[in-house]
Amino acid sequence: MRVVILGCGRVGSTLAAILTREGHEVSVIDRDQGAFDKAVQRLGADFASETVRGVGIDEDVLRQAGIEQADAFVSITSGDNTNIVAAQIARHRFHVPKVFARVYDPIRAEAYREAGIETICTTTVGAGIFHDLVLGRPLADVDQYLGRTPNRKRPPQPEG
Amino acid sequence: MYVIVVGGGKVGYHLTHTLVAEGHEVALLESNPARASQLTGELGDMVVIGDGCEVRVMQDVGAGRADCVVAVTGHDEDNLVICQLAKRHFQVPRQIARVNNPKNEPIFHLLGVEETVASTRIIYSLIDQEVESGTSLLLTALRRGKIVIVSADLTPSSPAANRMVKDIHLPGECVLAAIIRDDHILLPSGTTELEPGDTIVGVARPEDQHALQEALMGHGAPPERNSS
Repeated sequence: MRVVILGCGRVGSTLAAILTREGHEVSVIDRDQGAFDKAVQRLGADFASETVRGVGIDEDVLRQAGIEQADAFVSITSGDNTNIVAAQIARHRFHVPKVFARVYDPIRAEAYREAGIETICTTTVGAGIFHDLVLGRPLADVDQYLGRTPNRKRPPQPEG
Repeated sequence: MYVIVVGGGKVGYHLTHTLVAEGHEVALLESNPARASQLTGELGDMVVIGDGCEVRVMQDVGAGRADCVVAVTGHDEDNLVICQLAKRHFQVPRQIARVNNPKNEPIFHLLGVEETVASTRIIYSLIDQEVESGTSLLLTALRRGKIVIVSADLTPSSPAANRMVKDIHLPGECVLAAIIRDDHILLPSGTTELEPGDTIVGVARPEDQHALQEALMGHGAPPERNSS
């Protein structure tokens, strides 16, 4: 599978390393060369197939990272709005089959999920997990933390 | 009209000032507290500290009853999200976004934000067309950019010079609105003869601008650079 990841922070670089290890072709975009250097220190030089320096809402940068051939796009910078906009470009401009965006703000995450962008609100998930831990309850399913009902119909996701 | 302006930089400040002077109700959102208190000192109580990307903040300033939201922060992705939320979440009738990087303008349109102002592009196109001799000059755009008003200075070698208006083949729905000759404004009729040194003011669709320019000033003009 060909995956483009926007944002080479801890989550982005770790996800890249996992997918790369599994044999997938992964390009990582970040505007800061330092982010790639840190990822190499933490995860080794082969943590991604390719790194591209640039702004993720720039179509030329996305093309350079191979978004036109991508099966999946994950937007995971520290900026909610960057992730939201990049995910929409991936979906509506490049028609990437699978598009995911991390959004810290639960309200924005919900608003854009309703608009058809698969947003993952790690704030809600994290708070939910700690909530259950504090109360000594067994951990639930991620969908429940995201506030989705388990049977909620999800958009079709073709295999990559 | 109730207008919410998001972003208290120079553009947001002057826009708020102008709107208030014209009697409109305005809320100006600025997320930086220091800048916000400076703005409050200059503009008064209409300044609200808060991030216009936050739905709760927009709710508190009454986005639900706003007639227009104008996003003029220095970040294009913020401006885009502010306008999308205003449109979808609060059903604000008009959203206007400042586009800092002109390259991003088509993205705004693709993602449903129709009204954009890319000052860099506008200034660039003015400079660009000033510098190139023998081109028409974009004066302004109307109807959200669907109509442009252009001017062209005729030289002795311009194909339209020394010809009557009715003999000039104009593209599409172009209209010659005025002729400026020696500081006089003339209303063109079919038998008006255009002269070298005339400034012709035309109204056209952006896609016809280049053809209009050719009809008046001939070939050799560069293709339009700011089409999107």
